[in-house]
Amino acid sequence: MVGTYLLLSKSIIRVVMGLLLLSHGAHLLLLTMAGLKQGMPALVDRYDQAFTDPLPQALILTAIVISFGMTSFSLAIAYRTYKFHKTDNLDELRGSNDD
Amino acid sequence: MTNLVLLPLLIPVIMGAVLIFFSKNEKAQKIISGITMIALLIGSITLFIAVAVNGTLVMELGDWQPPYGIPLVIDRLAAFMLLVSAIVATSTLFFAFKTISPIRSRYFFYPFFFFLLTGINGSFMTGDLFNLFVFFEVMLISSYILMAHGSTNFQLRETFKYFVINLFASMLFLAGVAYIYAATGTLNFAHLGVRVAELGQDNILNVIAVLFIVVFGIKGGLFPLYFWLPRAYTGPPTAIAALFGGLLTKVGLYAIIRMFTVVFNHDPDFTHTVLLVMAAFTMILGVLGAVASYNYKSILAYHCISQYGYIMMGFSIFSPIAIAGAIYFIAHHSIVKTALFQFAGVTEKITGTSDLKKMGGILSSHPWLAWLFFIAAMSLAGIPPLAGFFAKYPLVLGGLEEGNYIVVAVALFVGLLTLYSMIKIMKFVYWGKAKHDEERQKVSVRKLLYSVAPLVILTVVIGFGAEPVLQFTTEIADEILDPTIYITSVLGE
Repeated sequence: MVGTYLLLSKSIIRVVMGLLLLSHGAHLLLLTMAGLKQGMPALVDRYDQAFTDPLPQALILTAIVISFGMTSFSLAIAYRTYKFHKTDNLDELRGSNDD
Repeated sequence: MTNLVLLPLLIPVIMGAVLIFFSKNEKAQKIISGITMIALLIGSITLFIAVAVNGTLVMELGDWQPPYGIPLVIDRLAAFMLLVSAIVATSTLFFAFKTISPIRSRYFFYPFFFFLLTGINGSFMTGDLFNLFVFFEVMLISSYILMAHGSTNFQLRETFKYFVINLFASMLFLAGVAYIYAATGTLNFAHLGVRVAELGQDNILNVIAVLFIVVFGIKGGLFPLYFWLPRAYTGPPTAIAALFGGLLTKVGLYAIIRMFTVVFNHDPDFTHTVLLVMAAFTMILGVLGAVASYNYKSILAYHCISQYGYIMMGFSIFSPIAIAGAIYFIAHHSIVKTALFQFAGVTEKITGTSDLKKMGGILSSHPWLAWLFFIAAMSLAGIPPLAGFFAKYPLVLGGLEEGNYIVVAVALFVGLLTLYSMIKIMKFVYWGKAKHDEERQKVSVRKLLYSVAPLVILTVVIGFGAEPVLQFTTEIADEILDPTIYITSVLGE
């Protein structure tokens, strides 16, 4: 919810924050949709014990790393856009037809 | 033998990393990347032949048996796409040698070129949904960087928009992965196919299917999600735009084709009708954008959109002949569109602008350029005997056989408008009085044409030799219409 609100706002940095929150929401979704279990380790090789499904944890780890990289890149590009255009208002970044 | 499968992934990723160390030495970069690219091309051709002879190649990474590990699967479709991507990338790279300025190439142009190829090839090869997501991200992060490369105001602005929309799409992709994992308990394409067949593709799976249509529709530039495309493709240098127009969005379309043949193939009345409607709107709105535009590159970018509509139309008609046409269309479009973008670059080099109204009379000063462009443009518009005609013919035929008369009418009408806007480029840029001064008339572009000409020749060749190519794409179509082939070759049952 908050992510969507921020994504729709006009300031560049808020948009970046909104994307950050949205992607974290997706990560949590990944974890919860697979079904949360408690009290068991995510280790497959101990055959005598029950285990939690390790796959979602592997997925979420990868996804978090990717989103970390994406976030840092987005901050860099947001900063550059701000420096070049001297504005962080997305309305002014709409662009005209003649460029 | 199966280790061959890794070539299209390992060559670009390793050499891309190596190239980073040579970023200050332009000459070394060019030599290394040239050799790498040719190696990649040879690797793709070998793979293509191997797959065409022996059928699907599967490699289980780390020797984890499917459905647990991540397999790399190269069936005929993937091999075909790999070949096309290698051809297009080779041509673009040699074009980039001549057009990317030394200052730009010092800032890691070539490394990211190869990382982009890694992502693209990986997406074609992977047999796992989450792995597809990872390769998408590899591809996208390189594409953001290439798109912003050079940091002009226009590029930064458009890259930011492109970035936001694609990151949002990636987020949806991740959510889709989560939902489908919850519903089926697997992420392997083949295993997903089995599980979805067992569960029956009813409400919840249809919702997930639509989610994936949205995700890949954003990446693949389909209506109503294409609005980021025209401006994003107008901004960057032509070599990059050519690569994007030729390859990048194809990956989204390829992902749709893969998902909706192997996994979501049980309710075509619903999913493929959605796709068909989207295809029709994509075609018509894309071409209208092109008709209204007077910028060389943005006309081409809008044409990209309408051509994606054609590809999607062929796929969503879902009969063997139409799918064969769609796959042929992918090859045709990659080749021709890359060539056309390169022509835009050459013309820009001569006239110093990409505004149609400021150009004119290039036919008299650079006749070779003009005639080669003419061939490529007619091919795009679908004039026989060039490739474009044989790409559209099966689509129309398939559409008529299946009784989709409206979409066929739209396709033919769009073909007419395509012809119109190509003629518009001809008229403004090549005919008429020269608007560029004498000095510019003497600019030699012969070296640039060396990289474009093979593509133009190729479109003529696959036009005249349409019979064997179409036969091969029909084989591909038969193969992907029968998902059990894919499933058994991966799961080995």
